[in-house]
Amino acid sequence: MTKQVQQLDRVIIRFAGDSGDGMQLTGDRFTAGTAEFGNDLSTLPNFPAEIRAPAGTLPGVSSFQLHFADHDILTPGDAPNVLVAMNPAALKANLGDLPRGADIIANTDEFTKRNLQKVGYATSPLDDDSLSEWRVHAVPLTSLTVKALEDFDLSKKDAERSKNMFALGLLSWLYHRPTEHTIKFLEQKFAKKPDIAKANIAAFQAGWNYGETTEGFSVSYEVKPAQLPPGVYRNISGNQALAYGLIAASVQSKLPLFLGSYPITPASDILHELSRHKRFGIRTFQAEDEIAGVGAALGAAFGGALGVTTTSGPGVALKAETVGLAVTTELPLIVVDVQRAGPSTGMPTKTEQTDLLMALFGRNGESPVPVVAPMSPSDCFDAAIEAARIAVKYRTPVMLLSDGYLANGSEPWRLPEIADLPDISQDFTTAPNGEDGTFLPFKRDADTLARPWAIPGTPGLEHRIGGIEKADGTGNISYDPANHDLMVRTRAAKVAGIDVPDLEVDDPDGDARVLVIGWGSTYGPIAAAVRRIRKSGGKVAQTHLRHLNPLPANTGEILKRYDKVLLPEINLGQLALLLRARFLVDVISYNRVRGLPFKAEELAGVIQDVIDSD
Amino acid sequence: MTELLNGKGLSLVPKTDVKQTLKDFKSDQEVRWCPGCGDYAILAAVQSFLPELGLRRENIVFVSGIGCSSRFPYYLNTYGFHSIHGRAPAIATGLAASRPDLSVWVITGDGDALSIGGNHLIHALRRNVNLNILLFNNRIYGLTKGQYSPTSEVGKITKSTPMGSLDKPFNPISLALGAEASFVARTIDSDRKHLQSVLREATAHRGASLVEIYQNCNIFNDNAFEQLKDPEVRDDITVRLEHGQPIASASKAVVRAANGGIEVVARDSVSDDQILVHDAHNPDPSVAFALSRLDEPAFEHVPIGIFRQIDRPAYDTLMAEQLDEAVGSAGPGGLSELLLGGDTWRIG
Repeated sequence: MTKQVQQLDRVIIRFAGDSGDGMQLTGDRFTAGTAEFGNDLSTLPNFPAEIRAPAGTLPGVSSFQLHFADHDILTPGDAPNVLVAMNPAALKANLGDLPRGADIIANTDEFTKRNLQKVGYATSPLDDDSLSEWRVHAVPLTSLTVKALEDFDLSKKDAERSKNMFALGLLSWLYHRPTEHTIKFLEQKFAKKPDIAKANIAAFQAGWNYGETTEGFSVSYEVKPAQLPPGVYRNISGNQALAYGLIAASVQSKLPLFLGSYPITPASDILHELSRHKRFGIRTFQAEDEIAGVGAALGAAFGGALGVTTTSGPGVALKAETVGLAVTTELPLIVVDVQRAGPSTGMPTKTEQTDLLMALFGRNGESPVPVVAPMSPSDCFDAAIEAARIAVKYRTPVMLLSDGYLANGSEPWRLPEIADLPDISQDFTTAPNGEDGTFLPFKRDADTLARPWAIPGTPGLEHRIGGIEKADGTGNISYDPANHDLMVRTRAAKVAGIDVPDLEVDDPDGDARVLVIGWGSTYGPIAAAVRRIRKSGGKVAQTHLRHLNPLPANTGEILKRYDKVLLPEINLGQLALLLRARFLVDVISYNRVRGLPFKAEELAGVIQDVIDSD
Repeated sequence: MTELLNGKGLSLVPKTDVKQTLKDFKSDQEVRWCPGCGDYAILAAVQSFLPELGLRRENIVFVSGIGCSSRFPYYLNTYGFHSIHGRAPAIATGLAASRPDLSVWVITGDGDALSIGGNHLIHALRRNVNLNILLFNNRIYGLTKGQYSPTSEVGKITKSTPMGSLDKPFNPISLALGAEASFVARTIDSDRKHLQSVLREATAHRGASLVEIYQNCNIFNDNAFEQLKDPEVRDDITVRLEHGQPIASASKAVVRAANGGIEVVARDSVSDDQILVHDAHNPDPSVAFALSRLDEPAFEHVPIGIFRQIDRPAYDTLMAEQLDEAVGSAGPGGLSELLLGGDTWRIG
């Protein structure tokens, strides 16, 4: 039987199963094959904070969504075309996101009475009409895997564990993914357990062959490679890109990197990644707590290192006092906040943009801090370098606001030319700057208002800094009212004067009356929504903020250029509050705080409503 | 005295040929402690001790937290960082871990080190970060004007405890020993000779050294350590610890107790060979810990000197070794190689 091959321009697949089913790994491997094949792609892992929630329950469901296409795409996709459901809980938890007509590949072996009961199904949805809107492929994934592995000397339990590779094989057949990579990966991953490697490869191939031979799948699909700008690409997640950006910042600033960090979801992967790169002279310090993490980074910065601390919202709250110390001692410091749903512990594995006002104002006293926010997973690389540039040049702590969506999501990244990376190095001060050969640690550069950075070991420049207010110039303790007023204003002016690029507006015809503005990780969904509007003939302009403090100089002028300004945020209107206060513009907010990124379709609807309203 | 360790503590810090004096270490800032404060004596002792080390002044850094004692760095003409409450050990850890060429000192008090900063102190000690930590213990909060501290005795009447404090105090020496400290000592603000002898050993020790300094706050907790200073009684109360020497004074001696611990007995009730010989280098900290408890409950016998001094790699050394090993096995890192390190593909 020759099977039909259908051409598609894009596909969204969601792998869903129990936390222990290996869905993240399955998604990762499918992504690697897809990247290798040359599609553009974007991914969205979604998993519970619990490492192993009770098996088969709704809270235990872990999923991985992948959007791939023959053209450039901006988001992991709104609604899956295919759902792989490894058990009833995975089906139930994800069914609401499935559009009519989507494919469901369900692992029938797990649709037992007990598992159905666990999630409140009275009868199996596979056996009644409840799934008639969708195309259901009932596949006994577990027993087929066990059967495929019966020649291996494996317990049934161990054999069952390979069912995710069987599913991966089946999906790889269904979408014509290359297989060599996955086989090589499994050989490497289980290099020390060749039997397990062979079993997983056998399960993977059995899944492929099942697709090829069974009548349950009569059609397979092809998605041609995308025509992306020429260059060398790799797939990269936000956390990995951010870690690489920090390494590049260390190289480009000629400063040794010191990371002080405390494990926290979803930021820990940056600590993990940087700890693997000691060849770059990087010191990673897993501190006793969040406060010690930032304290050690600041101490290292005092000694001439590129001091970095990485955390999420609860950690930023704990670090606030030390960040204030960095503000007043005017030392370079990078504070990475991978935002997650709050308040308090909130939902650690879910994304949010709710730390903006904390980043800007969450300290005692007048304590200005520059804020940079990356707009896509790969942009975390450039944003990290930009944060370091500002920190080093202006001797200031800088907040880098990533989030869970960027951190764990991934996309193809066109590698930059190393020669094109900016030189962000600054010289340490080595000579006295006072009239009589004295050293004035708070005598500033006339342009940048930055103070000299003289590190211990520099003869003749011995000086003391601290959290108490300092006299302008000498840095000695000062309680003088006029001096305090001057220092407060000077620190503010320094940050306000940081050189940030102007905002650019994307308005192809130049006659849009509605502007959509966003910041951080919402870039992808907003841009995808804007494309939809334009495709259907609508006119809308888009701009996106990477610098939240200071704002680009032309921000106010741009906002005032449009009749209406729409600002979608995954918070209750934090940037809107600022823009309204700063520019007296009646910004229209659109806010959702569901722990998930916006969907393009959702935003397109919102934009259309704004265009249509008077 | 410490043949094993002597001199190692400063081996990576550049020396100067220029002869230094106390004056070289005085900053131009006016000292602003209360007249009669014990901190003056400690400052003078440190300033007059530093020239002895012969270090380049620019390679010395004093880091402090918050409290009266934490103003210390402003008065020394070295690099200094007056930070925030309790966090000096954390800040100094980052500095010392990345700069083996510096002599880094932490100046802290009982509230700063043992209350708000307790966590950082114990972790700096267990990591053996190359720091000299001077803990000024006056058993009171001075800068906030007289609340009880984590070393105040139970029942202390203060502004915040009008009916007496309820909290069992920390014994800083016991705490440090429990935190795996490699160097633990106690001295007194008023005994400059002893203070400087302890500093000498502390600076010779590579790794974390914790020196508790009994310090008088003459405003809010005057005469807290008077028994140790009063010529009438001090020799009877003080138990001097010197490595390799019997732990005994003219009137009393420390011996093994029948219950397996140690006890203080009248000197003339035991023979010389029954007296415990102090072994600060003993890898087993149990005797040092027992010694640290001798002042319980009534401040009757107070050990002074070095309780423990063992050789253990400093944190910065271990960190640097990992960097060297990484470079040694695969060469220095290169950005291009890093970025191309994953699965890549070419378009166009």
